[in-house]
Amino acid sequence: MIEFIADKYNFWIAIVLMMIGFYAIIAKHNLVKKVIGLNIFQTSVFLFYISISKVNGGTAPIIWHPEGHAEVVYDNPLPHVLILTAIVVSVSVTAVALGIIVKLYKNYGSIEDDEIKLIEHNEPELDSK
Amino acid sequence: MKDDVILRTITKFMLPFIQIFAFYTLAHGEISPGGGFQAGVIFGSSFILIALVFGKKEARSKMPRSVNDVLISTGDFIYAFTGLFCIFAGGFFLEYGELPFHSAKEGNHIGMIIIELGVAITVAAVMMTIFFEIAGKEDD
Amino acid sequence: MIAVDFLLLLLLVIIAVAAISAKDILTSIMLLGSYSLVIAMEWVLLNAVDVAFTEAAVGAGISTILMIAVLTRVPRFEKEMTEQKHFFDLFNRSELLALATVVITGILLISGTWDMPAFGDPNSPANSYLSPEYIARSYPETGSHNIVTAVLASYRGYDTLGETTVVFTAAICLILLIRSYKNNER
Repeated sequence: MIEFIADKYNFWIAIVLMMIGFYAIIAKHNLVKKVIGLNIFQTSVFLFYISISKVNGGTAPIIWHPEGHAEVVYDNPLPHVLILTAIVVSVSVTAVALGIIVKLYKNYGSIEDDEIKLIEHNEPELDSK
Repeated sequence: MKDDVILRTITKFMLPFIQIFAFYTLAHGEISPGGGFQAGVIFGSSFILIALVFGKKEARSKMPRSVNDVLISTGDFIYAFTGLFCIFAGGFFLEYGELPFHSAKEGNHIGMIIIELGVAITVAAVMMTIFFEIAGKEDD
Repeated sequence: MIAVDFLLLLLLVIIAVAAISAKDILTSIMLLGSYSLVIAMEWVLLNAVDVAFTEAAVGAGISTILMIAVLTRVPRFEKEMTEQKHFFDLFNRSELLALATVVITGILLISGTWDMPAFGDPNSPANSYLSPEYIARSYPETGSHNIVTAVLASYRGYDTLGETTVVFTAAICLILLIRSYKNNER
């Protein structure tokens, strides 16, 4: 039983973090909180992915001695590559989301999404300038 | 923050070390953890540090807007041009083994260094651009 | 090693819950920065050193400073809700609905991990398909000691071109959204 939990512990914590981020995205009204929840969601996916790539007794995938490296056990390097790309994409998404928030604040004067919905309902902006 | 002597002095002292560390990370990308992205982010952060301590005008005078805009696309262009050059040299797109060096192994090695340089230039310029666009008051 | 793993991940959950429930947005951003730092420690524990470097530089550095830069333009405190709160005075009705959705999704996902291979298995399908070839062939073919850089720049070079384009596109989006040309300066 303890072995079963220890085998899957990383994946369960990744799912718990994913659900915390998901809750922040759908339940919070402040737009910056939503972006924070998106960040937590993305890092939990990275945690899941890299936990898959770990090998028992493996070391970091850098070759110290190229001659005798057939006996050394390395960790799986392929998910590291994919997650490197994903981290940079995540910061790009955060940057564009924050730019849109700045623009929304300039237009509507508020960054709570229910207030924006109310303002849009009362005086719809057909072409904003 | 312009009036704080400690911040100004420490920043002026640390800036060359931060930038040299960025170059070190880029150059040792194949021997130790590192590579293009990390080097670009560290180099971009040095300019963000200037903006935080000395003000946005001072940082903009060190990296003018026109130079910044050109640098964003330069890195991507270097990357894509290396790939196209491999087609001219007779291989597939981004097949560095066909580059005109001694052997396929050396061609691969040099090709990797060139594209890491391209990635670092783009990422550094983009980090600076993003910060300068978002930060600042309304009339800036 | 297992105990440190256990404690770090528990600390992550606590920091995440605190980050999304603070009323002051500056507090949330600070907690997000420390969350990135703790998860960079977790990457080092899992032997993913390139990922740890990138996460520490990008997550704890750039992402935090960008969000603080946004706070110079938008209000700093979250607005208080005035609806009636049920359930120990913690959640109102819409939040309870969101909580129920999230719990059900979490249970479904956890039931999906029941049959996954164990953590650290060297013979799992993810660890035995293509990676032994990359590990064996990366030094003779590219001359680079860092296998992750060799795969990133040489074997999967096309993906890295796409990623550089994504970063470039983010900069273009921000320039188009925010930059204003006053008095016709170009």
